[in-house]
Amino acid sequence: MSATGAPMTTAGGATWSGTAARLPGTLRLGGHRVGYELRRFFRARDAVVFIFAYPIIMMGIFATVFSGSIDLGQGRSIEFSQYFLPGMIATGVMLSSFQNLAIGIAEERDSGGLKRLRGTPLPAASYFLGKVGQVLVTSLVQTALLLVVSALAFRVSLPDTAGRWFTLGWVFVLGTATGAVCGVAFSSVPRSGQSASAVVTPIVLVLQFISGVFFQFDQLPTWMQHVAAVFPLKWMAQGMRSVFLPDDALVMEPSGSWQHGATAAVLAAWLVVGLVAGVRTFRWRRRDDG
Amino acid sequence: MSTSASPPAIAVTGLHKHYGDKHAVDGLDLQVERGEIVAVLGPNGAGKTTTVEILEGYRHRDAGHVQVLGIDPEHGDRMWRSRIGIVLQSGDDLDSATVTELVRHFAAYYPRHRDVDELIAAVGLSEKARTRARHLSGGQRRRLDVALGIVGRPELLFLDEPTTGFDPQARHDFWDLVESLRDEGTTILLTTHYLEEAERLADRVLVVTDGSVVAQGSPHDLGGRTSHRALVRWREDDVVRERSTDSPTRVVAELTARFAAAGRDEVPGLQVLRPSLEDVYLQLIGAEQAAGTTTIEEVRR
Repeated sequence: MSATGAPMTTAGGATWSGTAARLPGTLRLGGHRVGYELRRFFRARDAVVFIFAYPIIMMGIFATVFSGSIDLGQGRSIEFSQYFLPGMIATGVMLSSFQNLAIGIAEERDSGGLKRLRGTPLPAASYFLGKVGQVLVTSLVQTALLLVVSALAFRVSLPDTAGRWFTLGWVFVLGTATGAVCGVAFSSVPRSGQSASAVVTPIVLVLQFISGVFFQFDQLPTWMQHVAAVFPLKWMAQGMRSVFLPDDALVMEPSGSWQHGATAAVLAAWLVVGLVAGVRTFRWRRRDDG
Repeated sequence: MSTSASPPAIAVTGLHKHYGDKHAVDGLDLQVERGEIVAVLGPNGAGKTTTVEILEGYRHRDAGHVQVLGIDPEHGDRMWRSRIGIVLQSGDDLDSATVTELVRHFAAYYPRHRDVDELIAAVGLSEKARTRARHLSGGQRRRLDVALGIVGRPELLFLDEPTTGFDPQARHDFWDLVESLRDEGTTILLTTHYLEEAERLADRVLVVTDGSVVAQGSPHDLGGRTSHRALVRWREDDVVRERSTDSPTRVVAELTARFAAAGRDEVPGLQVLRPSLEDVYLQLIGAEQAAGTTTIEEVRR
């Protein structure tokens, strides 16, 4: 069959002329996105294993290699495993927030997924809510697993006061949010999806080494401590140490204090910087796509 | 609400877009009425995709007036996006979610979405409803792309090379699907490399080269091909003879009478030739010495 020459003027056009239907709300769609993102996340088996197992494996290695304890003077000491757990929690959160989003969004942009979403009425805010929700859930599961394994297998003692759990809570939430927001912002840096992990991974590794994750922070050169203090991971790790270490361990902190105020300030500052940079630089399309 | 009272689905005048000193779109004009299916043809690099992506709100323009459903796409809000449907050239972004999950998820974005199961059936993916997108064949994935593009009941649908890589059966099924959208009153802007597709689906065909429209019309008489002289060709005394004419019916009648007088019921090797859409298209885009163009030249003599 063939088309008719004249423009069609069917009655079907009237279908849309009724009262305007309401668009679904941003929050509701954010909820939909969280479910959708989580489903996709848990189906990417390799990423799931990496994100959940990495902190536990690193914890196992450190607890095995450094099986002794750290002398705090005056006859007191802490196990190495107790000292390293806070760093592992912090690095795990950075992996599941910053690294996961910086690489994941770069790949979504490269594959055309973001462009497809841009062509729908999905609000950008709902998309980001979905990412943040996914990161919060995966970070929670990851941290919980690490805590359980550490307590059972490495005899690490968990916080014993409500105050310490509260500190754990706010450092975790603020650190996760900051990592997620910075990950969104950083996703625009790699030129392509393939190069994303090559660009992101070295940054994450360097931060781990200078931020007191793999080494006792006060034994790093002073200049390295200063460099690390610019970035969020050092503060996350320090905040977590304040949760899991006794106050006797303050002798190992260069400042002699847990610096909760500074921790909150630096993390919040990165949250704002990441948010502003993310909003200003976010692209729905590949760099080479016009 | 009568169709004539509403603004055209797409109104473009004097559209310009350049990248560096390359003029991708160079003074393009385009109007698409409600309910119309318009096919945009043109060689790669003619500016088709740039134009369509400006209409879809993906790209900024340098100059020109653009209204899509009465709104400038650069200022299109969520409500505007809910009224258009976009099927991009294929990406590989749909991975671990199943067909049903994807269609249901995208349906949630729209105020008046289609029934998920009915839509999956309409695009012929019912048997694959629980299959993950990455395990679909190329043609099946394309039909999923279309499902996601129309799940929100768009008033205006953009189809960018929708059937590239389809086998003939899949292509015919797809055309039936597009015709059912036409019957619902959906306006469609289609870019394609397949002239057969344009001829089958489009009410109007636009040929774009070097960033502007060089011809437009119904696919039957694009470039005035129905008004071209016809060529009547037959065999007589083992020689192929032909005559160029404005009234081929009369020529055929004369031939029939002459051969009948000689006691023969059939005119051997009888053909009536007019330029095909492909012939006209190739001539318009300047593909010199291309296979079909001789026919036009012959007919024009």
